[in-house]
Amino acid sequence: MLALSVENLSKRYPGGTAPAVDSISFDVRRGATVGLLGGNGAGKTTTIAMLLGLLIPTQGRITALGHDMARDRFAALARMNFSSPYVALPHRLSVRENLAVYAHLYDVAQPARRIAELAEQLDLGALLDRPAGQLSAGQKTRVALAKSLINRPELLLLDEPTASLDPDTGDVVRTWLERYRAESGCALLLASHNMAEVERLCDQVLMMKQGRIVDRGSPAELIARYGRDDLEQVFLDIARNRMREAV
Amino acid sequence: MRASSRRIWGLLFRHIALYRRSWPRLLELAYWPTLQMVIWGLTARFFAARLGAGGATGPWLAAASVLLGGVLLWEIALRSQMGVAISFLEEIWSRNLGHVFVSPLRPAELVTALFAMSILRTCAGVLPAVLLAWALYAFNLFAMGPILILFAVNLMAMGWWVSLAVVSLILRHGAGAEALAWSVLFGLAPFSCVFYPVATLPAPLRPLALALPSAHVFEGMRALLDHGVVAWGHLGWAIGLNVVWMAAAALLFARQFRAARIRGALLTIGE
Repeated sequence: MLALSVENLSKRYPGGTAPAVDSISFDVRRGATVGLLGGNGAGKTTTIAMLLGLLIPTQGRITALGHDMARDRFAALARMNFSSPYVALPHRLSVRENLAVYAHLYDVAQPARRIAELAEQLDLGALLDRPAGQLSAGQKTRVALAKSLINRPELLLLDEPTASLDPDTGDVVRTWLERYRAESGCALLLASHNMAEVERLCDQVLMMKQGRIVDRGSPAELIARYGRDDLEQVFLDIARNRMREAV
Repeated sequence: MRASSRRIWGLLFRHIALYRRSWPRLLELAYWPTLQMVIWGLTARFFAARLGAGGATGPWLAAASVLLGGVLLWEIALRSQMGVAISFLEEIWSRNLGHVFVSPLRPAELVTALFAMSILRTCAGVLPAVLLAWALYAFNLFAMGPILILFAVNLMAMGWWVSLAVVSLILRHGAGAEALAWSVLFGLAPFSCVFYPVATLPAPLRPLALALPSAHVFEGMRALLDHGVVAWGHLGWAIGLNVVWMAAAALLFARQFRAARIRGALLTIGE
């Protein structure tokens, strides 16, 4: 069963000389974690924005949880969610108020109970009544994660979920994501520059460069194909045009 | 329907929570309407004294009524317009728009929530000024009777379509267009004929004034205050023009929202 199917997806911004995303295709199975890797400007953010309906593709088709995103995106969005350290929650609202807002937006049943559940699971109990703007980076990341899980998503898109976190907090978040995926069968699409994180979490990795998927495979397959010790070295090979086998 | 209502309430709750936690924001809502009302009330009293028309009855009362009625009703249009535009800007300033637009909230629900917030902001802003006008100048806006509701609804609707156009411009030009949220309706004030009849305008400008619902509302208000009659013709025009302008603004908003999704403006709107 596919959670996400992307066919021949392209995006050329009006006035742009080259496509930001150029004819990419991939699938994400339910319960799988797929990593989207690439340097700055590779097209990861544009791809995620199209998957979330923030951007209209120039061509191609996105099917999320069985819904065609061009025609029925709101039905899919109700069952998806998204987290990014680059999109904030209102700073003056408390954590509880922020989560309540999104519980309503996602029509979550018994929001107070769901917020209490997430607070317990993500250790947010002491933060619930503090303004979101007064939290540390690590605390904000945990709150953003709680927001992204408020509707028990079946497809979760994560843009650098552990950026700017200390190793301990980063590990807590990764452990929690692994647990949530195992328990819920949720599919995860992860854009990250943390190669160790990708190696740990992802079943499949899509390597992007200049808007195209230039290689793909499991972390172990890619490491073996490039004859390297870890994914970071593979990333550098691709970034520096030392590709072994184009897709 | 229930899910849609909850989404609208979710966004409304977000703004109510913001005001609950920020007394300067609450104070700002009532600050300008009250200040305007006090200044115009004193101005009317001064001119009445200079012209020798003193006393709490007769010409002074009529002049003050037209001025204070104009000030208070115009504030309804202003606060309603700002209520929508500033609530939208709050999402940009808090960098929260990305989360809102990837939620199942439909654009029509977003607009409905902004309109609902605008009603709350207008009530919080204008009602204290209305009460103060009664206390300071013995001017009772509600003495206009039930027709006041139609005046207020028309001015509020005008504020909404103007703000939809402003939000569309923000979607088109980014936060750089945010100054319009404060200024755009002031530009329409001379043509709205808040304090003077449309006939006072130079003839070439009158068609422009008569294309605005506000000019018809204020003509209606003067007819009521000066002659005690309800100018149903002007009210009919105000309602019809509001329907037309609202449809045009909704179309503009829908087109700019789609254009923003093509250009990627929803990703960079706060920059």
